[in-house]
Amino acid sequence: MKALVCVKRVIDYNVKPRVKSDGTGVDLANVKMSINPFDEIAVEEAVRLKEKGVVSEIVAISVGPAKAQETLRTALAMGADRAILVQVNDNVDVEPLAVAKIVKAITDEEQPGLIVTGKQAIDDDSNQVGQMVAALLGCPQGTFANEVTVEGEFVVVKREIDGGIETVKLKLPAVITADLRLNEPRYASLPNIMKAKSKPLATKTPDHYGVDIATRLKMIKVGEPPARAAGIKVADVDALASALKELGVA
Amino acid sequence: MAKVLVWVEHDNMSVKDATLAAITAATQLGEAHLLVAGAGCAGVAEAAAKIAGVSKVHLAEDAVYANALPENVAPLITSLMCDFDAFVAPATSTGKNIAPRVAALLDVMQVSDILSVEGPKTFTRPIYAGNVIATVESSDAKLVITVRGTAFSKAEVTGGVAVIDMVASAHDTGLSSFVGSEIAKSERPELTSAKVIVSGGRALKDPETFQATIFPLADKLGAAIGASRAAVDAGYVPNDYQVGQTGKIVAPEVYIAVGISGAIQHLAGMKDSKTIIAINKDEEAPIFQVADIGLVADLFSAIPALTDKI
Ligand SMILES: Cc1cc2nc3c(=O)[nH]c(=O)nc-3n(C[C@H](O)[C@H](O)[C@H](O)COP(=O)(O)OP(=O)(O)OC[C@H]3O[C@@H](n4cnc5c(N)ncnc54)[C@H](O)[C@@H]3O)c2cc1C
Repeated sequence: MKALVCVKRVIDYNVKPRVKSDGTGVDLANVKMSINPFDEIAVEEAVRLKEKGVVSEIVAISVGPAKAQETLRTALAMGADRAILVQVNDNVDVEPLAVAKIVKAITDEEQPGLIVTGKQAIDDDSNQVGQMVAALLGCPQGTFANEVTVEGEFVVVKREIDGGIETVKLKLPAVITADLRLNEPRYASLPNIMKAKSKPLATKTPDHYGVDIATRLKMIKVGEPPARAAGIKVADVDALASALKELGVA
Repeated sequence: MAKVLVWVEHDNMSVKDATLAAITAATQLGEAHLLVAGAGCAGVAEAAAKIAGVSKVHLAEDAVYANALPENVAPLITSLMCDFDAFVAPATSTGKNIAPRVAALLDVMQVSDILSVEGPKTFTRPIYAGNVIATVESSDAKLVITVRGTAFSKAEVTGGVAVIDMVASAHDTGLSSFVGSEIAKSERPELTSAKVIVSGGRALKDPETFQATIFPLADKLGAAIGASRAAVDAGYVPNDYQVGQTGKIVAPEVYIAVGISGAIQHLAGMKDSKTIIAINKDEEAPIFQVADIGLVADLFSAIPALTDKI
């Protein structure tokens, strides 16, 4: 069974984003970019399934600028076999719906049994692509996955939900979106990073897949959230206890 | 006026609080209809009909809807959407699971996790872990929206006199089945609706220490218990305790962060709390930048002492 893994190049999770002074977007010039942490977990899961002999080939795909090649090389260094970059111009944001349509088109060509991706990208925080891909393919979805077990024609997914954990059984092919505790991604070893450089990476365009990437949501402006007023420090536990009493909670 | 269909989150027994905020958002867009889908949930529909501001309740009762499997529920919703201009769901794990599936079936780009309604198709929403607020306008013919529960007031649960309409169709795609769930039962208030939350971080060492330190303080305050990702990853508490960008979004009257450093992903989930209290032994910890009241102290002496004094 083939697995498709979708990865996105995003701002590194350790960087605090800055809004451009004209309010048109977030300043990403000279900012450290990385593979979306949830997508890294998705890649790791696919690689583990390959190591278990469940998955035979892993195709990593990314929709993004030329530099998203680096993100795909990360996935290849972790263990993906080949990659497809669906390239768009720098500074073009492709919305989840359009990404899902591209993934659907690639799925039609590649016929994977599993499509794995992160549950959300930490830049736009949309949490949509996996569910949308599943909808367009008419296949089931195991979102916010905490544990994934392939059993014959099915995949059993433990999902992190608001009240705890839920288990669902899905017919393959299926879409899985990774939550934080699905696994701990490996660090790619130096030899694997070197090897990744010669793995195949095809470059396509949204046009090639017949997908219109014109945005449906117009970004009117971006701004900072209201700042919190400066607080105080109390000297000791007694002062904190009185403060709680004043707040009327103790 | 626009007609809006709201997903009612429930457990076949009662309407979940997050729904009430979604209803408030929906009424700002137009006429709010509710969809109650489930098995044996007629009681939920009756309760839903009493919520203030609701025009009509659509009740789809069938075994295939018992566990809100998106594969079955999404076609139900899309079949109803020919009569509606917008679909609104709370941004809960269920809402986040279902809404994008509906959006894709309708060829609509969803607006996730809205904070406010600025116009008929204009909304604000948090991006970059809430460090940036975007104002976006949809150009789609229909809207699909999820609503951040802490950003809207809750609709009143009484005063409404909506009629209940039965929906006959049962969509069973046979693609998925519910196997089971592990839902922790707790006497404590629910995290997303609690007035007071005590949250613990990595500093709490292990499950026993977390319990022995955080639980007594929470009990005295009648508080819900939360945690950082680090505390959940380390197994001190279950996953549903996690507060943050990718956990629960909370905004209680008082949030007490104990041994939590204040990473942006954690702040994303709690920085709209009315009063933030931080206890940390490192006076440079970023949590103090958002705290209204800070105490620089070793939590292992401070928390038991505080618990004694209140
Ligand atoms: C994609 C992604 C998503 C994430 N989502 C979330 C999320 O939703 N929620 C979340 O919380 N995190 C999230 N994180 C993780 C986040 O980046 C931090 O790693 C995490 O919040 C740290 O948890 P912590 O504050 O408990 O631990 P640490 O950062 O290790 O902080 C521990 C704190 O305890 C203090 N301390 C230690 N001993 C004592 C003592 N004896 N007395 C008093 N204080 C003491 C230390 O000074 C320190 O400040 C996410 C990360 C990524 C990459």
